[in-house]
Amino acid sequence: MRNSSIIIALSDIALAIRRYSMVGMLGWQDVRQRYQRSALGPFWLTITMGVMIGTIGIVFGQIFNSTMADFLPFLATGIIFWGFISSVIIEGCTGFIAAEAIIKQLPIPLFVHVLRMIWRNILILAHNIVIFPLVFLAVGKPLSWIAFISIPGLLLVVVNLTWIALVLGILCARYRDLPQIVGSILQVLFYLTPIMWMPNLLPQRAGLYLLDLNPAYHLLEIVRAPLLGQLPPAINWEVSLGLALVGWSLSIMVYGRYKCRIAYWL
Amino acid sequence: MQVATGGLLGADRQGRVVVRALEGLCFTLKDGDRVGLLGHNGAGKSTLLRLLCGVYEPSSGSACVKGVVGSLIDISLGIDPEATGRENIYFRGGLLGMTKAEINKQIDGIIEFSELGNFIDMPMRTYSSGMHLRLAFAVSTILRPEILLMDEWLSVGDERFKHKAEKRMAELVQATNILVIASHSREIILQTCNRAIWLEHGKIRMDGDVHTVAENYFTNS
Repeated sequence: MRNSSIIIALSDIALAIRRYSMVGMLGWQDVRQRYQRSALGPFWLTITMGVMIGTIGIVFGQIFNSTMADFLPFLATGIIFWGFISSVIIEGCTGFIAAEAIIKQLPIPLFVHVLRMIWRNILILAHNIVIFPLVFLAVGKPLSWIAFISIPGLLLVVVNLTWIALVLGILCARYRDLPQIVGSILQVLFYLTPIMWMPNLLPQRAGLYLLDLNPAYHLLEIVRAPLLGQLPPAINWEVSLGLALVGWSLSIMVYGRYKCRIAYWL
Repeated sequence: MQVATGGLLGADRQGRVVVRALEGLCFTLKDGDRVGLLGHNGAGKSTLLRLLCGVYEPSSGSACVKGVVGSLIDISLGIDPEATGRENIYFRGGLLGMTKAEINKQIDGIIEFSELGNFIDMPMRTYSSGMHLRLAFAVSTILRPEILLMDEWLSVGDERFKHKAEKRMAELVQATNILVIASHSREIILQTCNRAIWLEHGKIRMDGDVHTVAENYFTNS
């Protein structure tokens, strides 16, 4: 029985991946639909993000008394990737709920809807990435070759986000209060994780709790640190990999068990 | 427990209300079957169609469907009013499982059939509802599935287009191995089907030759 549910989950995921052209099309359509008939389109996101980074950078840079050359690139990378992570998690909650019409009419592998949401957010992230070079130019900080290490880092983050979105999508389809709770947790996590404040400002003891025990910190570090010219310590990679392994095993079990119920819950 | 319409309402052990939409169904369809589903509103016709197309999995028992299933249940699903007609052909076709190359091959035929002319490159929100349906119909009936599911017969457009659409529908039904159609129209059922299943409160009341079942259904209800 357990084996068969794992097969159900894996075959659905495999079928969904084979439909990558549909995923790509739906993801593009989402982004285009959101900015239909607007001249700047998705670049409005970039502008909003840029203005926010500039404002927070100036205010908090003063409060923390940090040099702009360090703080601004740190803040920009942090906010952009946190924006990606949190919107994937929040939209993951409504992944199946939003696709109700399709799910109830067409027998498309359900995992397609998770992939579509991830792809849509990757496209939006690609628009926001434009801000990096601008910030680096503005503060005169050179980009090193180490920055390329953040590409595998980002991949690992996406792998992790995918299982989180899948599990949350299933749970939220059943329990509709959950998206609100997830939203508040993310808000808290945003302040607990070094995004607006730099980790070196923390006293030693607090660092243990806020950094080492915070999975969001490890995930963020594997993309952010290389862009800032540092190699992330192995522990960041180890935690992120471990999280992916444990998370995927768990979500495949949950998915296999409850996949056939999802259509009824919608 | 007898209800006016709809499936059976009940509660499970934790006190949650459950709807039993279908119960104890047992039937086999084979090549060449043209099945009409009859029944009042809420008798379980649409639920049964969804089950056959694989959207719902039976909560107990099993459904074994062999072959490519195509459903013409909601032909406008996936249409984006802001996108042009041409783009929507790709959206809709993609949702139905066609690849871009397949659509490229068919697109001229689809546009010609819909008779939309230059409007095909206009956003669909500028279309009248009739034009909208013409395009949705033209795309959705391009596929030739082995098993075809329909909720009510599709009939679109003005007199002339209706005639053309009827012809297309006839071809489609001709090409399919098994047809299952839910309908309230005696005419449609008698015209297209050779077998009928009468559902009542989620159970099969009668299953057999279309004339016998339809005769009973339409006189008894």
